[in-house]
Amino acid sequence: MKKVLVFGLCLFPLLYIVVQAASNQLGPDGGKEVVLYFGTWSMQFLLVTLAVSPLSRRTHLRGLLRYRRMVGLFTWFYASLHLFSVLIVLLGWSWQIFLEEFSERPYMAVGILAWLFMVPLGVTSNRFMQRRLGKNWKRLHRLVYFILLLACIHLIWLVRSDFLEAFLFSLVAAALMFERLVFWLSRKKRQHPA
Amino acid sequence: MIIGKPSDIRSSEITPRSVYLRRREFIGKSLIASAGVSLSAVTVASEQLKSLDYRKADFKNKEGFYTNEALAPYKDIKRFNNFYEFGSDKGDPEKHAQNLTVDPWSLTVEGEVEKPGVYHLEDILKPVNIEERIYRLRCVEAWSMVIPWQGFPLADLIERFQPSSKAKYIQFETLHRPEEMPGQRARTSTIDWPYVEGLRMDEAMNPLSLIAVGLYGKELPKQNGAPLRLVIPWKYGFKSIKSIVKIRFLEKMPMTTWVSLAASEYGFYANVNPQVNHPRWSQGSERRLPSNFFSPNRIPTKPFNGYAEQVSHLYAGMDLKKYY
Repeated sequence: MKKVLVFGLCLFPLLYIVVQAASNQLGPDGGKEVVLYFGTWSMQFLLVTLAVSPLSRRTHLRGLLRYRRMVGLFTWFYASLHLFSVLIVLLGWSWQIFLEEFSERPYMAVGILAWLFMVPLGVTSNRFMQRRLGKNWKRLHRLVYFILLLACIHLIWLVRSDFLEAFLFSLVAAALMFERLVFWLSRKKRQHPA
Repeated sequence: MIIGKPSDIRSSEITPRSVYLRRREFIGKSLIASAGVSLSAVTVASEQLKSLDYRKADFKNKEGFYTNEALAPYKDIKRFNNFYEFGSDKGDPEKHAQNLTVDPWSLTVEGEVEKPGVYHLEDILKPVNIEERIYRLRCVEAWSMVIPWQGFPLADLIERFQPSSKAKYIQFETLHRPEEMPGQRARTSTIDWPYVEGLRMDEAMNPLSLIAVGLYGKELPKQNGAPLRLVIPWKYGFKSIKSIVKIRFLEKMPMTTWVSLAASEYGFYANVNPQVNHPRWSQGSERRLPSNFFSPNRIPTKPFNGYAEQVSHLYAGMDLKKYY
């Protein structure tokens, strides 16, 4: 029941923009608005996904872990919508422009790379693959840290004159990584007491 | 008309700036109040933009002064702006510009001219005949709009100040007033205010170069650069500097805001050129606004934004890939 609620909550950003678009509320450059909107939400979902384990171990809300996969998959979902809307709005489905942008614009290449790395994570996010991959599953899913790095670079590379948004995202990302570093170091210490 | 600046006034006698800037508001309000009109009516009236008297543009106009392409709706031109003084989102200027004081307004003229000084806006506008120009505006961000401006040729204004033979360039400066411009207070902005732009003298004297004072037949809305802005239709939009308070005539090429921010991305000339891409996106095509998700309205970008016939001679022999 709770899972259905979280699922609905995760779908809310999509519903919101669909209503806005349908009622013509997005302004004269509506397509670009949609692109930026999905980009922002995929970034936010990525941060939330990575905040689940720190929150669950620091606050003893162990139950939170049950939602991590869903939030992670929604990250992929919104990143796909972001990429999809870029293909339509900014590139007009032109593969020629796509290849040109991919090779010439580094921020674009970095963004697409981040999305490509999400594919194996999404595909293996079920019990069956988890069992099949065993230990390697965990190793594979550490790719998410690399995705986070790419996403931050993507954002910073887009800055024109105001870096507030890129700074805030990177700050939260850095905080989440710092928490892990502290956690791993303390665990190591426990395993090998000096 | 030069306004003198007596030096024997003690600062304690000077009205605070915030009050001084609103003096016409007070006079207006007291006049209307004495006539027995309620104050609420005044607030409504002050938000309405005055209609202008001007010569309309049509197909009989000189080449380049008119286009029959579909106009961007008035509402869209007012709610979709790059005016970083009020914030970097497209909707910020409409939201935050309404408190800007545009009356009184004066223009400072400096440098290589016979008639430097501080000119009142009224005196600037008194002798001019306002005419309409329907121009394409192409932003460096790869969107464009067709806009009906009202204004007068920049050349007419320049001639009144009588630039000397040393004046090879002209620099423009936007108002710097952080108390009314929240974007100028933003700590994460990398822009070194005030915003400055520049033109070569022959570019400035081209008949297409316009000082706009109106939009859609009414005074310029504040978010569109009231009361006085530049419109250079063959260059990327950031050259068309808004809310101008200073003009400098110079011998050497001046620094401009975007060049100082990222010289590899924005040049002094900034002519619309589909052959020279911005390092981070393509300039080969543009989204003609209004557009939406289902019809992106992508059209190819033309050299000099379609004004090559009128301006390409200005750049004869220049390597436009180098001087972008």
